[in-house]
Amino acid sequence: MTNLEALVQGLTLLAAILLATRPLGGYIQRVMAGERTFLAPVLRPVERGIYRALGVDASREQAWTSYAISVLVFAFVGILVLYLQQRVQELLPLNPGGVGPVAPNLALNTAVSFETNTNWQNYAGETTMSDLTQMAGLAVRNFTSAAMGLAVAMALVRGLTRRGIRTIGNFWVDVTRATLYLLVPVAFVAAIVLVSQGVVQSFNPAALVHTLQGGTQTIPVGPVASQEAIKELGNNGGGFFNANSAHPFENPNGLTNWIEMFLILLVPFALTNTFGRMAGDERQGWALFAAMMLILVVAAVVSTASEIRANPLFPSQVSTALGNMEGKEVRFGAQTSALFSVVTTGTSTGAVNAMQDSFLPLGGLVSLFLIELGEVAPGGIGAGLYGHLVFGAILAVFIAGLMVGRTPEYLGKKIEAFEVKMAMLAVLAMAGSILVFTAIAAVTPAGTSALGNAGPHGFTEILYAFSSMTGNNGSAFAGLNGNTPFYNIAGAVAMLIGRFAEIIPALAIAGSMAGKRAVAPSLGTFPTTGALWVGLLIGVLVIVGALTFFPALSLGPIVEEFLLHAGKVF
Amino acid sequence: MTSQTLADGRGPVAHAVVDTRAGSRRFQRARRESQAGKPGAPRTPRGIFDPVLLRASLAPALRKFDPRQMIRNPVMFVVEVTAALVTLAWLGDLAGLTHGAPGEIGRSPGFELQIAVWLWLTVYFATYAEALAEARGRAQAASLRRTRSETIAHRRLPDGTTEDVGSAALRVGDVIVVSEGETIPGDGDVIEGVAYVNEAVITGESAPVLKEPGTDIRSSVTGGTTITSDALTIRVTANPGETFLDRMISLVEGAKRQRTPNEIALFILLSGLTIVFLLATATLRPFGLYAHATLGLVVLAALLVCLIPTTIGGLLSAIGIAGMDRVARFNVLAMSGRAVEAAGDVDVLLLDKTGTITFGNRLASRIVPLPGIEERQALEAALLTSLDDDTPEGRSVVDLCRRRLGELDGRDDSSVVVGERPGDAGPATTAGGPDTTADPAPGREEVAEVIPFSAASRTSGVILRGGSVILKGAVDAIQAELEGDPPPELAALGDEIASQGATPLAIRRDGRALGVIELKDTVKPGLRERFEALRRMGIRTVMVTGDNPLTARSIAAEAGVDEVMAQARPEDKIDRIRREQAEGHLVAMTGDGTNDAPAVAQADVGLAMNSGTSACKEAANMVDLDSDPTKLIEVIAIGKQLLITRGAITTFSIANDVAKYFAILPAMFSVAYPQLNALNLMGLTTPQGAILSAVIFNALVIIALVPLSIRGVAYRAAPAAELLRRNLLIYGVGGIITPFVGIKLIDVIVASIHLA
Repeated sequence: MTNLEALVQGLTLLAAILLATRPLGGYIQRVMAGERTFLAPVLRPVERGIYRALGVDASREQAWTSYAISVLVFAFVGILVLYLQQRVQELLPLNPGGVGPVAPNLALNTAVSFETNTNWQNYAGETTMSDLTQMAGLAVRNFTSAAMGLAVAMALVRGLTRRGIRTIGNFWVDVTRATLYLLVPVAFVAAIVLVSQGVVQSFNPAALVHTLQGGTQTIPVGPVASQEAIKELGNNGGGFFNANSAHPFENPNGLTNWIEMFLILLVPFALTNTFGRMAGDERQGWALFAAMMLILVVAAVVSTASEIRANPLFPSQVSTALGNMEGKEVRFGAQTSALFSVVTTGTSTGAVNAMQDSFLPLGGLVSLFLIELGEVAPGGIGAGLYGHLVFGAILAVFIAGLMVGRTPEYLGKKIEAFEVKMAMLAVLAMAGSILVFTAIAAVTPAGTSALGNAGPHGFTEILYAFSSMTGNNGSAFAGLNGNTPFYNIAGAVAMLIGRFAEIIPALAIAGSMAGKRAVAPSLGTFPTTGALWVGLLIGVLVIVGALTFFPALSLGPIVEEFLLHAGKVF
Repeated sequence: MTSQTLADGRGPVAHAVVDTRAGSRRFQRARRESQAGKPGAPRTPRGIFDPVLLRASLAPALRKFDPRQMIRNPVMFVVEVTAALVTLAWLGDLAGLTHGAPGEIGRSPGFELQIAVWLWLTVYFATYAEALAEARGRAQAASLRRTRSETIAHRRLPDGTTEDVGSAALRVGDVIVVSEGETIPGDGDVIEGVAYVNEAVITGESAPVLKEPGTDIRSSVTGGTTITSDALTIRVTANPGETFLDRMISLVEGAKRQRTPNEIALFILLSGLTIVFLLATATLRPFGLYAHATLGLVVLAALLVCLIPTTIGGLLSAIGIAGMDRVARFNVLAMSGRAVEAAGDVDVLLLDKTGTITFGNRLASRIVPLPGIEERQALEAALLTSLDDDTPEGRSVVDLCRRRLGELDGRDDSSVVVGERPGDAGPATTAGGPDTTADPAPGREEVAEVIPFSAASRTSGVILRGGSVILKGAVDAIQAELEGDPPPELAALGDEIASQGATPLAIRRDGRALGVIELKDTVKPGLRERFEALRRMGIRTVMVTGDNPLTARSIAAEAGVDEVMAQARPEDKIDRIRREQAEGHLVAMTGDGTNDAPAVAQADVGLAMNSGTSACKEAANMVDLDSDPTKLIEVIAIGKQLLITRGAITTFSIANDVAKYFAILPAMFSVAYPQLNALNLMGLTTPQGAILSAVIFNALVIIALVPLSIRGVAYRAAPAAELLRRNLLIYGVGGIITPFVGIKLIDVIVASIHLA
């Protein structure tokens, strides 16, 4: 792959996302508002059936507290059921590989991981999970956890934009609509496209093949395409195979690679437009879009620039034309692997088509930093939007908004002590989880014994693991053996903090903002559209993120980069 | 800028810059004058660096070190605890009880002592800023307090006799009698008598003010003021300790200062950031252990204090106290800091036409001759009829005629245009106008007899020595007396002028109509520019008037207000405020009468005139002691300035952290990871020097920003987007760059005198 081809790939991806944002954003807005869309004739009866089965009155909205309780009930029941399913999977059908029960702490980690849209995997899917667990357990969570994120984002936006209504929507209705009208149809179409490109979809047991050298090889197959589509679309990232999107059955060629990146970015960016429409001014949405996209593009450029360099320590006889190819698939090349890594860490997807552990320090730094920004560029489905609004918009408006000489307000509603408190709680929970767990792991044998590398590289592995889990990203820096009681349990806690210590404050803000009197805009109002606002938003996100994590990052990838040039590797 | 500059049209009032720094100069001048004869009296602070105040704040600043008091400010509390810990670490190492690990950076008693000293100084600079702001308030309060000294009150008993009691014994509802030369012992309403009262102690205005019962604007008196003529019977409206002066004193002293909602939210943000940095610093120790770098308490403490937002944390209370102080210096008494901040949020201004937008007097604006009459003839006739008319109207006619005659003669001879201010576009005002009676103007000697105005004839005029009679008066009254048919143009002209909301006065000489004088309620000069400035700030002005819509619109167009409420009754105001608020606007209004009180209370910011009734003052959240309604505009600017100052220093404080990382991190790991010296962008000489320089910078920046926080960030009336761009550039980008330069400079000094 040449740089030009990589550039074309990147630009076509950007163009496709730009084109899709408005129509899809409008569609999501209509769906979530309960308006009629072209799928209504087919799906309306299903939707009503679900409400009847759940005993939900679709016309009754919830206050934020009730909404938050619904989220928690839904999530914890989901975790419990998934945990039990893994523990008894050998007793259940659709287990062609005959795999046994999953160990308790691993089952806990996995249940939390999929319920929180993290999809951190301390296991190899093909040898640990039955087909039923994959399909009826993991893949179902891929839909519901994504729908939950979207629901919370909609609730927050309703709170910010509503006038004179104190409720913020009905959680059960939001989850149902997001799943039925958005995730299922798009994933369905995407799965078919992926199958057409060679992604596997099968219930057969693993194929046993005889190799040319006379040996035998077991090639696992399974219902991959259906899981692959929602894995990307729902920003889940949990692969059917251990090799994730580097595996040829998950991601066979350059086209599927492009499609997967498109699916990953599709909804998080479209939601900015949904937000703009709900705010009554699409420019509000485009401002968020621009802030997210600019961070992502810069990250992609830096990461690619890092990976097209060859390892500087290679002897001069080794060809360096392909860039840093260790841990990368030849069919994707250094550039697209770098792009994919940025796309997957900028969203909280965590799918990988190359080994993050083998990236040069700078490339790894980019991925790590994107996660530590709070997964906001553009972040996970729904989670990116509410994260961006809580970490970015509300804090940026509050810090800089005073400088126009008015009580800071966003979308006409004043940001006051309660909102600042909630936003800071979310910031603290995230920073605390990453830093404290990393600190514990860095000085305890339970933490350091799992490392694959020493020195700053090993430190990065720990930092990446807890950043990825707290950020609900799920990509692994590999190198680290996460399947230990310490990492399974600490990781589960980190994932729960990362998910719910952000969702609850976001919903609390939604509830408090919903009840506020809206202030009419004037020349004296802080403008939250336009280049200045976009710059401010990026500045606050990057500076707050950098100030929190700079010490840790400098002891990981940053010092490793300097050491690399000094000829020292780990 | 006060009403004075407005009223005499001297000030370049608007040109988009609202200078709120100076305060009411008149007020300050009066204060100084009143103090001049009293040796030993506390002086009113002049500049920020008034040495008396600077010295007076040294000790109170130390008293604020009490941890029980300090804990109210979490940021500085963390610094204080850190300073104490570093001091203990120094003592431990000095006594040889503790020692560092091999290769530990900054583990020498000399270095530890320096860090400890600078950390204590950081705390001290913050408490000093607060103490200084309070001292300024107290100094102002002290000069007020002297006026509050115990006076004797003559309390009227039910049997009609009076008894003498101390003013402290007065209670609400008591009736007192105050005579000429006495100080009014407490706030109250006049119920009997008419008298002149000198209110200089409050307003700084030495001209006595007329007080009489039953009027909305002249019936309330303030304790501490003195009666200069006659006597008044007053019903007391405030208990001792709750009077106007008492409240003003406690407010400027900052004694009862409560945090405003914005301040509370900001404190939460700062506390949150402090915890984030506490986490980032505390986890560095285990991270360091992993990398085989031992990070000692002192080094980590230095990093922590540099990162947490000490700049804004240390200056926040000073900013708040100084904001209230600025309002007070403007002679506006704000009932709470909340009210001042609310003023910054206001986006609709309800202004009474009369007294606020216009002078409230009808003044001559032009003189139109009828066809066939020379302008000079009409002007001379008008001049003659008005020479002895001492009303503002009459004087304005004289002024206008003189100026116009002067122009006709092509001269700017001042003997003709006496008292005229050349180049003054509008009609001359009465204030400081020419003294017509002493003026040897042409024409005066021609007058033989003056015909005074009578309600029956509705005309007035003069009889000249030659026997000619010149009359001016209502158009129909003049028409009725004309010889022959009145010219149709006269009625037409009269109607035209009337239709514009002005009053026509016809002039007749010996049965012949000469022309018409147009009398107009005149818009105060400079207001148009001020409204323009408000518009740029996103504030809409609504003029409220009882006039008919036609008149109202004409005045509105001239003044440049955005909207008009014509034929408004008092209850319409409150409806309008409610409607604006329902649409999401924050409304400010001024009021003086009792019937304004409900609307003043309903408004988000209600500014009452000190001359107004007690009811109105009770309802308001601010009172203007100068009774100048246009001062609302400055109050808004002060409110905005207060918020901007906080935001600017917050932004600056956070932006500063970037450079501090680049200074301290490479230094901390200089042994474990010497390669990290690549991050030492400033090229700081030694690790210890780098850490010390960052800590010194962090402390000095607090003291360097004290003047800014007390004076407030310069505020210009501009749209929010423009302010944001400007302030982000100065305090955001500037905040990133400044410490790079500052720390480098300090490092050079530290290295050259071998401090580390």
